[in-house]
Amino acid sequence: MSAQTATDAPKSRGSGGRPPSGSATGARGGRFTRSAGLTISFALLAFAALLSLAVGARSIPLGDVINALLHSGSSQEEAIIRDLRVPRTLLGIVVGAAIGVAGALMQALTRNPLADPGLLGVNAGASAAVVIALALGIAGAASSVWFAFIGAAAASVAVYVIGTAGRGGATPVRLALAGTAITAALTALIYGVALSDVKLLQQYNFWSVGALGGRGRTQLDAVIPFIAVGLLIALALARSLNALALGDDSARALGTKIGRTRIGGAVAVTLLCGAATAAAGPMYFLGLTVPHAARALCGPDQRWILAYSAVLGGALMLFADVIGRVVVRPSEMPAGVMMALIGTPLFIALVRRKRIAQL
Amino acid sequence: MSAAPYTLPGRVVRVGEAVSLRIRTRTVVVSFALVVIVLALSIYAIGTGEFEIPPGTVVNALLGTADGGSEFIVRELRLPRVLCALLVGAALGVSGAVFQSLTRNPLGSPDIIGFPQGATVGALIVITIMAGSGLAITVGALTGGVLTASAVYLLAFKRGGTSGFRIVLIGIAISYLMISITDYLLARARIEDAQEATRWLLGSLNGRTWEDVGPLALSLAVLTPFVIPAARSLRALELGDDSAHALGLKVERARLALVALAVGLVSVTTVAVGPIGFIALTAPQIARRVARTAGLPLVCSALMGAALTLASDIAAQRLVPDRALPVGVMTGLFGGVYLAWLLTMEWRKGRG
Repeated sequence: MSAQTATDAPKSRGSGGRPPSGSATGARGGRFTRSAGLTISFALLAFAALLSLAVGARSIPLGDVINALLHSGSSQEEAIIRDLRVPRTLLGIVVGAAIGVAGALMQALTRNPLADPGLLGVNAGASAAVVIALALGIAGAASSVWFAFIGAAAASVAVYVIGTAGRGGATPVRLALAGTAITAALTALIYGVALSDVKLLQQYNFWSVGALGGRGRTQLDAVIPFIAVGLLIALALARSLNALALGDDSARALGTKIGRTRIGGAVAVTLLCGAATAAAGPMYFLGLTVPHAARALCGPDQRWILAYSAVLGGALMLFADVIGRVVVRPSEMPAGVMMALIGTPLFIALVRRKRIAQL
Repeated sequence: MSAAPYTLPGRVVRVGEAVSLRIRTRTVVVSFALVVIVLALSIYAIGTGEFEIPPGTVVNALLGTADGGSEFIVRELRLPRVLCALLVGAALGVSGAVFQSLTRNPLGSPDIIGFPQGATVGALIVITIMAGSGLAITVGALTGGVLTASAVYLLAFKRGGTSGFRIVLIGIAISYLMISITDYLLARARIEDAQEATRWLLGSLNGRTWEDVGPLALSLAVLTPFVIPAARSLRALELGDDSAHALGLKVERARLALVALAVGLVSVTTVAVGPIGFIALTAPQIARRVARTAGLPLVCSALMGAALTLASDIAAQRLVPDRALPVGVMTGLFGGVYLAWLLTMEWRKGRG
């Protein structure tokens, strides 16, 4: 993974071997730019949220949207916004932020630019656990989130164990392949279970497409505490992640507790991905795309990357959802499919870049 | 070959001037053992089910000397399914061995470069959007598979050819894209269509008759003669492009022919039973390990593919009582676990 550090090193201005934190010399200007960038990202998120409230099967002018938000009216349009679009938009922001931050955490922890919760088997683990729980009749809308956690945790541990087997540790290719193997086995298992019951198959087919449509307050309320805890853990880890970017030995020399950082990171990833998958279904490529965009905008400091990833993740999720509502009118293209369409070209571009392909 | 500084294992058999074969004792023994296993599995698969038939009667029925009732069950009901499994498995085994030899990578199988996922999307578009059936589904599946695999190849291609890992990673990405589209198509389909499509896309051997076996056997019979020259050029290509060229092989033409053969074999199986995952990946690898050859043994791969497919089908039919699962569930489960094991082993040894 030296390539990632090599890519990012020139951007950390004048940090002279120290972790590329904001306190380095000459970073004042950098911090200003980053704050400005974060403000712009927030503006982007706000714009996406307004679009998400206004665009749909029934388009509502922006003025009316703002009116409906400020005053509690009783017209049909206000009801649509309040009861359908606001929960959906909030869910999009929360899920997008969770997956964006989870992706950033995974990429930092494994020093792997190709890490994505979907590609590393976490989504498949969560899905498999939920389907099995549904088949056994022990899961409802609220309790399925717990099964998603168990599945997500088990799958990510399995992928990591396989990926780090032998000498050389976990390279991006190894982790991606281990993720593919686990995903293949779990997908077969899911279909084996789901095919046994028409109702279950229907439930699974609906749920297996990552989407925001038809989901809302129930899902949001069920997962928001977990996502909040996950985000807090992620932020608390940011400083250690900066040290970890320099390699295990340097990080240890700088006083970072590596084991604790890894475990904390794994817990945060499990909470964020499990909760997001339980709420909106599996999303591929969001967790891959967002941290790359964040790194391109704000440089290698993990504290900023995490903050940017949260905001941009929400924004991208909403944009994907809004575009999905427009492209195949009158029906909807789920946000998960839109994300895959956006994310695949980026992944391919990353792989084609020589440095990473050689890893 | 005469200038080889050391003797290769095995003995050389010559028939006149034209044919000369090197036969390794271990490969022969392994092949023979695999044939025995395949026969035993077939007799077991034919003999068990809702109506049990003892192995002796099964053999008699196959030879045509049993009573009418068991003969009907054996010949008309159970034999076509078993034959389908064997033919499909053998074709997948050979196709996988060719793909893996060409990419010099155990992961270069059609499963990894997106063929089945693309075929699924193609078939689903026909089933759910164009409301087609029969031949239309077949054409859709083939178009989808070939387009996807070519896209992966082209995207992985850069100056200096395709690197093994780039093809694998891009294959993974495109596969996930196809899976997303599949999920979407399934979710918007009517539930009857969705259930039918799910069964199809996992690959199923349920309800196969002689009408399915006929075309499958015929197309494989057409393709098989091309396997023998393919095996020769594969051996040469394994030495590297330059050495193969020096041995008198037209490298690019041979490679194209091999790709066409491998894609042809996969396509035939996809048409017959849908995309059965992971046989093409696992069979040649297991065969190579059992036969302890340097390259991938084609005959052993074919037999291993047949044995694995039939064993998976037996397990899929009998694992859950009253519920015959599609064979693809078993091969996916087994293949995923095997891939994980294979990766761990290779990396332990410090390769890959």
